[in-house]
Amino acid sequence: MSADGEQEQRTIRCLVAKVGLDGHDRGAHVIARAFRDAGFEVIYSGLHKSPDEIVQAAVQEDVDVLGISILSGAHNTLVPKIMDGLREYEADEDTLVIVGGIVPEDDREGLKEAGVAEIFGPGATMDETIEFVRENVHERE
Amino acid sequence: MTDASEQSATEPDLIDELLAGKHRALARVITKIENRSPGYRELVSRLHEHTGDAQVVGITGSPGAGKSTLVDKMANAYREQGLTVGVIAIDPSSPFTGGAVLGDRIRMASNVGDMDVFFRSMSARGSLGGLSTATTDAVKALDAFGKDRIIVETVGAGQNEVDIVRTADTVAVLVPPSSGDDVQMLKAGILEIGDVFLVNKADLDGANRTVMELQEMVRMREDSPRFDPGHHGAEAVPDAASNGEDGGESEDDWEPPVLEAVAKTGEGVDEFLDTLDTHHEWLEATGKLEELARERYAEEIRALLREDVNRLVGTELRNRGGIESYVDSVLAKETDPYAVADDLLEPLAECVEERRGE
Repeated sequence: MSADGEQEQRTIRCLVAKVGLDGHDRGAHVIARAFRDAGFEVIYSGLHKSPDEIVQAAVQEDVDVLGISILSGAHNTLVPKIMDGLREYEADEDTLVIVGGIVPEDDREGLKEAGVAEIFGPGATMDETIEFVRENVHERE
Repeated sequence: MTDASEQSATEPDLIDELLAGKHRALARVITKIENRSPGYRELVSRLHEHTGDAQVVGITGSPGAGKSTLVDKMANAYREQGLTVGVIAIDPSSPFTGGAVLGDRIRMASNVGDMDVFFRSMSARGSLGGLSTATTDAVKALDAFGKDRIIVETVGAGQNEVDIVRTADTVAVLVPPSSGDDVQMLKAGILEIGDVFLVNKADLDGANRTVMELQEMVRMREDSPRFDPGHHGAEAVPDAASNGEDGGESEDDWEPPVLEAVAKTGEGVDEFLDTLDTHHEWLEATGKLEELARERYAEEIRALLREDVNRLVGTELRNRGGIESYVDSVLAKETDPYAVADDLLEPLAECVEERRGE
């Protein structure tokens, strides 16, 4: 109702993060834009960020979703570091962490144990990813 | 445990945690403010008594002027002075989907891993009025948290910026060189609110000319009584008269300085920060800081009243079956919008009058 200026405006906030040395961010750009078009608020980290920086951004921006894009193969070292950092700020429980990029089948279980909710490989569609976020984003008071 | 008791148990904690310096609580409070979550007004209410210590700087200017880069360097320089910093960077949101890419954080490279620079992106989320309320409230959260300096970085030049920067004690306008036309554009709104002008990218051609043009405009503004409360006793605007400080008028004046900087290299940033401090001292010395605070609180009360009345009317409208049936009647020429508004407001007006009569 237009006369109502104070309705709650719950908007899904999302950090799209590029960690480590991997310098290809076309995919991150595409997903950032798709998220934006889905009505999310997207914060893009920029290239070559350290796990610390990503944690800092995720905590300060209080994002609902952290999407980590990794093509370099360094996910096994970088992702757990990020999860540890989130835990340090008690932000791990209500942040939905997803990973996109090249992750070998063998590594997936480990990432999920570290707290990653889902991994989207090369075949995943945008719609699928957005749908997953919508359905799994943590409820907050 | 019920939701309600859980909530009432967590909400007070959130402010306690914020006051205790927990970053996550600060972030969460700002989210609640942005979302206008149930209970956010009580949170902001409780913040109020803890505010008033931070120095708030607004950074505005046309897109591409280098605002984010400058803010990064400012934050860095403040940190070197041992000060803590809060930054709120505002980006536009899509009018169609409400989505947004908040891209300013990407340039915050100098403050990696330093939680004492608390950077928060905010999107316009459609409503401009709402944005300035949310910005003001977020500034309060950072202030109560104990940040020494708070920087509000706005989208780009435009009328809405004027509202947002009212949150700030000092407003700096960033101008890129060779922007003759931009400067013309700035004349209309932004120029009037600038306390400090900074020609960024001063290493580029045309910087000198831009500085000169700006200086000229600042002088023109000085000559125009409308823009400068406190200037000239005789034909002064009412604001100046109520200030009651007609003596020593020239000392009371602040002529916005025009500075140069190359934000990318950090050149000129220290001088810029010194100027901001000087302006703040001037505000304090002349009593204008208090005047600003008074204006801000008055505006805040008005905005809240508008919001509340709006909501009240919205509820009334819903109770009467929504706006559509009224629109139908108006379309059918059975009534008109003015009559509908009168009709809807009548019970409210009656209540108010009745109470006043008591």
